[in-house]
Amino acid sequence: MKLWDCFSTALQALLRNKLRSILTMLGILIGVAAVISVLSLGSAQAAIVEESFATLGANLIYVTPPELGISGVGAQTTLTLEDAQAIARHATFVDMVAPSVQTYAQVVAGGESLSNMIVAGVTPEAEAVDNYVVAQGSFITESDYRAKSRVAVLGSEVAKTLFGEMDAIGQSIRIGGRQFQVIGVLESRGAVFGLEDMRVYVPLSTFYTTLAASQAGSRGNSVNTISVRAKSSDVLEPARQEIIDILRNLHNLREGEGNDFRVISVASVAEQLTQVLGIIQYILAGIAGISLLVGGIGIMNIMLVSVTERIREIGLRKAVGAKRRDILVQFLIEAATLSLCGGAVGVGLGWIIVKIMSAIATNAGFPFTATLPIYAIALAAGVSIFIGLISGLYPAVRAARLDPIESLRHE
Amino acid sequence: MIELENITKVYKAGQTEVPALRGISCRIESGEMVSIIGPSGSGKSTIMNIIGCLDKPTSGKYRLDGIEIDKLNDNQLAEIRNKKIGFVFQSFNLLPRVTSLANVELPLIYSGVSNRRQKALQVLEAVGLGHRVTHKPSELAGGEQQRVAIARALVNNPSLILADEPTGNLDTKTSQEIMLIFKKLNEQGMTIVLVTHEPDIAAHTQRTIKLRDGQIEVSVRRGSW
Repeated sequence: MKLWDCFSTALQALLRNKLRSILTMLGILIGVAAVISVLSLGSAQAAIVEESFATLGANLIYVTPPELGISGVGAQTTLTLEDAQAIARHATFVDMVAPSVQTYAQVVAGGESLSNMIVAGVTPEAEAVDNYVVAQGSFITESDYRAKSRVAVLGSEVAKTLFGEMDAIGQSIRIGGRQFQVIGVLESRGAVFGLEDMRVYVPLSTFYTTLAASQAGSRGNSVNTISVRAKSSDVLEPARQEIIDILRNLHNLREGEGNDFRVISVASVAEQLTQVLGIIQYILAGIAGISLLVGGIGIMNIMLVSVTERIREIGLRKAVGAKRRDILVQFLIEAATLSLCGGAVGVGLGWIIVKIMSAIATNAGFPFTATLPIYAIALAAGVSIFIGLISGLYPAVRAARLDPIESLRHE
Repeated sequence: MIELENITKVYKAGQTEVPALRGISCRIESGEMVSIIGPSGSGKSTIMNIIGCLDKPTSGKYRLDGIEIDKLNDNQLAEIRNKKIGFVFQSFNLLPRVTSLANVELPLIYSGVSNRRQKALQVLEAVGLGHRVTHKPSELAGGEQQRVAIARALVNNPSLILADEPTGNLDTKTSQEIMLIFKKLNEQGMTIVLVTHEPDIAAHTQRTIKLRDGQIEVSVRRGSW
């Protein structure tokens, strides 16, 4: 039997009972739409993570107290300014070092008062190392640092909240009760580490003389974080090792004693995060895939009903010369066509869902571009056909094996 | 061209064996119109299924146009049914949701022939239904449906027409019309084997083979053919 006739016969059979065909397709349709949505969102997520970490810098290594994460504030720290200077001087794989210390303080300006704001004391190097992009004015300079000037750089959200549309540069601002002058406003840092838009930056030297009193005590010139820029992304591991060695030495740690600090490379955090997101994505896709299984069962069910309904027809076809293979192929193609149609519409539906979600997310401040990876479409098509063939196999074999005489006698 | 040599057929019904045919031997020449008649359980449906290559005998030889049918596998039997045999059933057995034309084309789909439409139209004309080709079976009278079935049986140019109670579901007048079509076909040289339980239908044929209890009781020839 010619292939075209197979398709034509199968299609006619499906069109004859449109409602039934549509309902049967739904399982595959929803399954494919779900899988497509999950995979598209997954790849968008991966892109966001990559973009956000790119903002921070690929060569970045953070040295922090053992307990806290990257925005560590106020806990016990064993890190000092001397540690930072030692790293800058002795680590050969290190390019630049930017220590910083943080505390909470009240920030008042232009009639607005913000309590419990994170205020960070930073060095001029921080602009390069931590990749702070200045939108207006300038960052803290060498001379500001040396002079211990009372100047401040504001995060984008802080500036907006305190000064609105007004130019913040040159304005007066009270931090922790002391008077400072705004010399710069930063660009927004993006969604993932968005906390940074709410920070205020002052020179580290100034911090020690004005705000350090409110710091939880440690020795002398404590710092919370040391940002370190490695010479290149290839030497991240050796750089990290050097830092650990230098600090262990400085902190007089013996063999076998654990580190009283942590050294984290941003790249490895990004990698871990991507890995975790990847696993989550595949788990979700797997769960969505279960609905594909259910869809396949639905197809098998309907095909069995269809075969039973058409027993006489099958008997007649055999009587006029249909071979077993002809009947088998006819029903297999019917099942595969059902499945493929469901899959095709499912891809379309998945795409619409992704577009809607991306519009909602963008409006909520999490811009993400909806992409429909080609591999997802090919996967959907392949899986649809596969499920159709597998689900249709048992009913098709049953149909092919029917005895023509018995079948012709059937109701 | 139909040679049956000591054909037996035994069915297994659970543990018991049911002998449906107990040794049928006969010859039907090309161009003959033969009826097979007998009471219920005489084996006439069974012998019809065997002649029609829908079933294989338990023992015995069956030669159709010289081909030893009992030696063929399922696929080969399907081909013989497609190319050499045309079936006409009591309940017509047309595909209900498809036009007459499509119904008649069906055997051509399985023989892989091109030009299907034309061939189908030809035979539909020959049985007088050229004006009803786009109608579905539900839109046709019983006699018309049977004529579509006859057209379908003819479309692949078979050696033999096998009709199983072809007039069973038709009224007397329509039955006569159908029998006339068969006679006309026979005059044109078609071999026709008819199974019936009605003597008046059998009377239309040249020869009647009477079956009883799975064996040939008698074979009667009628004169003046």
